[in-house]
Amino acid sequence: MIPELGQFALIVALFVTVVQSVVPLVGAIRGDRTWMDMARPAALAQFALIATAFGALMSCYVTSDFSVLNVVQNSHTDKPLIYKISGVWANHEGSMLLWVLILSIYGMAVSVFGGNLPPGLRARALSVQAMIAFGFLLFILFTSNPFARVDPAPLNGDGLNPLLQDPGLAFHPPFLYLGYVGFSMAFSFAIAALMEGRVDAAWARWVRPWTLVAWCALTLGIAMGSWWAYYTLGWGGWWYWDPVENASFMPWLSGTALLHSSIVVEKRDTLKAWTILLAIVTFSLSLLGTFLVRSGVLTSVHSFAADPTRGVFVLALLVVVTGGSLILFAIRGPTLKGGGLFTPLSREGSLLFNNVLMSTAAGTVLLGTLYPLFADALEMGKVSVGAPFFNAVFIPLMVPMVVTMAVAPLLSWKRGDFAGALGRLKFAFAATVAVAAGTWIAPGGGSGPLWAGRGLGLAAWLAAGTLVEWAERVRLFRAPFSETADRILRLPRSAYGMTVAHIGVAVVIAGITGSSAWTQEKIQVMHPGDVVSLHGYDLRLEGTEDNLQGPNYSILRAHFSVTSGGRPVADLYPEKRMYRQPPRPTTDAAIRTNLLGDLYAVIGDPDGTGGFVTRLYFNPLVPWIFIGAIIMVVGGLVSLTDRRYRVGAPLRTARAMAAQKGRA
Amino acid sequence: MTRKQRRLYFVVLGMLALGAATALVLTAMKDTLVYFYTPSDLKTRHVAEGRRLRIGGLVEQGSVVRQGDEVHFVVTDLQATLPVVYRGVLPDLFREGQGVVTEGKLDGQGTFRASEVLAKHDENYMPKEVADAIKKSGQWQEEGKKP
Repeated sequence: MIPELGQFALIVALFVTVVQSVVPLVGAIRGDRTWMDMARPAALAQFALIATAFGALMSCYVTSDFSVLNVVQNSHTDKPLIYKISGVWANHEGSMLLWVLILSIYGMAVSVFGGNLPPGLRARALSVQAMIAFGFLLFILFTSNPFARVDPAPLNGDGLNPLLQDPGLAFHPPFLYLGYVGFSMAFSFAIAALMEGRVDAAWARWVRPWTLVAWCALTLGIAMGSWWAYYTLGWGGWWYWDPVENASFMPWLSGTALLHSSIVVEKRDTLKAWTILLAIVTFSLSLLGTFLVRSGVLTSVHSFAADPTRGVFVLALLVVVTGGSLILFAIRGPTLKGGGLFTPLSREGSLLFNNVLMSTAAGTVLLGTLYPLFADALEMGKVSVGAPFFNAVFIPLMVPMVVTMAVAPLLSWKRGDFAGALGRLKFAFAATVAVAAGTWIAPGGGSGPLWAGRGLGLAAWLAAGTLVEWAERVRLFRAPFSETADRILRLPRSAYGMTVAHIGVAVVIAGITGSSAWTQEKIQVMHPGDVVSLHGYDLRLEGTEDNLQGPNYSILRAHFSVTSGGRPVADLYPEKRMYRQPPRPTTDAAIRTNLLGDLYAVIGDPDGTGGFVTRLYFNPLVPWIFIGAIIMVVGGLVSLTDRRYRVGAPLRTARAMAAQKGRA
Repeated sequence: MTRKQRRLYFVVLGMLALGAATALVLTAMKDTLVYFYTPSDLKTRHVAEGRRLRIGGLVEQGSVVRQGDEVHFVVTDLQATLPVVYRGVLPDLFREGQGVVTEGKLDGQGTFRASEVLAKHDENYMPKEVADAIKKSGQWQEEGKKP
């Protein structure tokens, strides 16, 4: 009964999206308010229906209803409750349902919070949202129905892939999708603006916070995925340049560019066409990400069982969405005339410079990700494009970008004082040189590759430059302390957001540099009692315990005691888990961090003589990567709480109305 | 600065970025592309020693031998075989009879020294290259599909 209810809700939702895509759009074209306003209740109904369907599927999972095929294939009564819940989206059908659920949540948000939007823009944007939802609902209903039944129902399910039974990965997909789908807001508003032929500051002021929400969620989602890969795959790495990782990274890159170019639209009323194009590209890359993950066209360490017909459907959707919107852009784009002019050496100019670098980087990642497909199609042999390619291309593009990141905020709009900005960055320059030199001289530091100093220097440049900009804004040491204190309190939250987020980037850069330069790895067979020295620590294998029981797995646990100069430091307990259903092993690395570096231990297979293969790492600065990502997200959230997002738009309408009254 | 100048700036910037990216991509592609071969490919085609490549196929039944921290196994596409040596901890889903993709270099004696053995997250899933390789060797058998 409940699954049928869910399916029925989905079918009704499909019809609602048809109404929501057509009626408001026609209303907007004919200038009919009643028709336009249809969009708001329709968006609410769409959300209610899809939420019902999602709730129905979740209830099937929680109650382990094995008459539903999807539950049979991905669940088991043994599973802890949290993984029964996360099982809903840990499979193709359920994750697509989550996709449209999030889409409808954003649509509902427009309808609830969009009271002060121009009615035409709102109607058109909601109509575009409904078109996207229509495509995905069609996709779910025809190729990936989560509510399909099995008869007779089996007694128990196949269980969930044990790798997915992990807290980090349980919440990775929802955040990733909040990000992917969040960019649909910018996209819908971009299309609506193209139809109307008008992009103004009010448009940017509405699009910016939603892009920021999506960006924060995507950043967090990527960081979670990376963290999960780090501690669960047991190879000590946190990024693989794997196609599926790239799929989430490309929209992040162009979304970051979009976030920054929409600032220029809001503040300076220029770069409009470019911003619209970025909005289209970012959402298209999100769709491409969905396609790459779901179709299995690329071999990836993350590939899950895939079905080609689904890939074709998503590909068709991608072609329609991207192709259609780019054609619309080609026709209407030239009408979007920018207002404010600026010189290259201005804040706009440097933002644009970084925008171009970001987009180029996203383009090269796209090329590298899809190249194996092209090569295969053109009979050029089967190839794989891996980390060496991406590092060789990506890093040279990012270096000038990061250098600019420290300078840009110090330049004024329109025409910047470049020499003055560099002058004010003296301190940052000194910090850079000090860190780079210090890295080289420090004991052990000089043993790393030459670029390590440059990487840390770059991080120092960005962090110091960002702090200098903040100090300039509050006139630290330049004005009496009371004035500085006053400025500190009054500085807009969005300014703090930028400062915090940019420092987060600096922390990430330092983390990446440290982990790539000084990781130490030791692989060996160890018998109980053996000691391995690693980075000044002595790791002694005390012993192993077999057949410990977890909730739905048995455990082989090793015990390492770690000492440094004879002084005990920590105990590490890496595990190898054998799940009962499906019967499959997973690795659980033991990590001990002191925030400057991680000791990382993995227990491998027995060698047959009582010993075990062990993999021990010292990973310096890796925690900084995740901490930095969290700092970036915090920066985004701080910026979101900026007053003007809450009061800005109504104020503007109120003012406009007051002005009209004054004129009347 | 006029509108026209700004457009010019935009175009020049775009071209520079594109040019730089093309140059980077082309140089990187030359050194970093990793080709995929099956054991049969290696029999018929000469592959330079010391070049990084990927090998895919099935792990031959009964071929896995552990010697200390080294693992020896044989990759087969059911037509030709290739001995592989790997140092380290094998991925959890590595098993005899299962598909595998490994990356590494050939040594002079015709042994493949793997530096990576790629893990799959899902054992129902056969790496696409491996499936193609086995189809190419004419040994493909449709596996029983799940209900």
